[in-house]
Amino acid sequence: MNCQQTQELMSAHLDAELDAADEQRLQSHLAGCAGCRAALAELEALQGRVSAQATAYQAPSHLRHRIQAALAAERAAAPSKSRPRRGGWTAWPWAWINLGLATAASAAFAVTLSLYMSQPSSNDLLEQELVASHFRALMPNHLADVVSTDQHTVKPWFAGKLDFSPPVHDLADEGYPLLGGRLDYLQQRPVAALVYGHRKHIINVYVWPAVAPLREQQSEHQGFHVLRWSQEGMAFSAVSDLNPQDLADFAHRLRAHAL
Amino acid sequence: MDKHLDDADTARFAAMAMPHLDAAYNLARWLTRNEHDAEDLVQNAYLRAFRFAGGFRGGDARAWLLTIVRHTYYTSLRDGQAEKADVSFEVDLHDRDGGDDPADIVASRDDCRTVNAALARLPVAYREVLVLKEMDDLSYKQIAEVTEAPIGTVMSRLSRARQMLLAYLKPGD
Repeated sequence: MNCQQTQELMSAHLDAELDAADEQRLQSHLAGCAGCRAALAELEALQGRVSAQATAYQAPSHLRHRIQAALAAERAAAPSKSRPRRGGWTAWPWAWINLGLATAASAAFAVTLSLYMSQPSSNDLLEQELVASHFRALMPNHLADVVSTDQHTVKPWFAGKLDFSPPVHDLADEGYPLLGGRLDYLQQRPVAALVYGHRKHIINVYVWPAVAPLREQQSEHQGFHVLRWSQEGMAFSAVSDLNPQDLADFAHRLRAHAL
Repeated sequence: MDKHLDDADTARFAAMAMPHLDAAYNLARWLTRNEHDAEDLVQNAYLRAFRFAGGFRGGDARAWLLTIVRHTYYTSLRDGQAEKADVSFEVDLHDRDGGDDPADIVASRDDCRTVNAALARLPVAYREVLVLKEMDDLSYKQIAEVTEAPIGTVMSRLSRARQMLLAYLKPGD
């Protein structure tokens, strides 16, 4: 790890938010680099200064009263069952009956619609599975079954383990080195998972034979981005915490290689 | 689809939301950078939260309220209501400089003013993550929820925010 990478991690180190691997790398760099130790001390001093001297404002007491009054007003303005209806309106019962029927009908429609909408689609389920698998892969020693940056090692490794041969390309020259591959299991079938790195980020690319052609689509789940497409009869899903632009850039480079 | 709000709803909401008023106000104060807009923002956000309290499924009430405060702020920005905030912020800063009784100006107050001014100078995307981290002590995961950004973005914004703050506080700047 060089000085710039170290300094990018320092802030997360101060907040105790680094994972064990990064923390280890940070510590081993710090041990041998006086410059970075000084930079860390400076950052620590800044944190102390901010917590001691920056003002954490307290809500003025009149704001508390103002809000409580506003809530009470809001409640008074809201329709309530207990409020008596004005007598004059009952002279047109049909208007009320119509309104009641219309309300009931639209409420029933709304309930149906919300039930329908709350059913996760098969796409959603797949994407959640992809993100869960990506997340599992990030746990120590889960990332790759075959650790190699050589596409000619990774591709044959899948032979005999899958009933298809996934395209494997190393993109190290373009900033996305191949780190390895592993078998994974999605949608009740074994799939190939290819692992790529980009700076500190990990990209998992899942490959299996496509059931139907799929236009490129992007989504986000729990802070991870998922990009899916199909090409040459294979379905591809790239999952990463990379920002969507970089992930799209990666996908385009991968697609260009697979042509 | 009538919503029958009753006193019990109001009491439940108040019990959930009022303990976090200071945190909500502090975030609002740092977003708008002046008292007046901060108060309006918190009041609007609390009313909005009250209307949507049904959408709160339990869990972290503070993070939920902070999300709404922030959301309300950006909505008002889009509607052009907060334009004046920047102006009054400038006035706020310069008005107080040198106008105080000399006996009042103890070193620590000066230091606070320097740090506050540097923090207020940060672009809002960096300012908000730093406030949520340093003053509310939220985890990166919680900050990611409140700011609706990936955790990696929170991490890099905090790192950048601290570097900028260091630069602002360097003597001679």
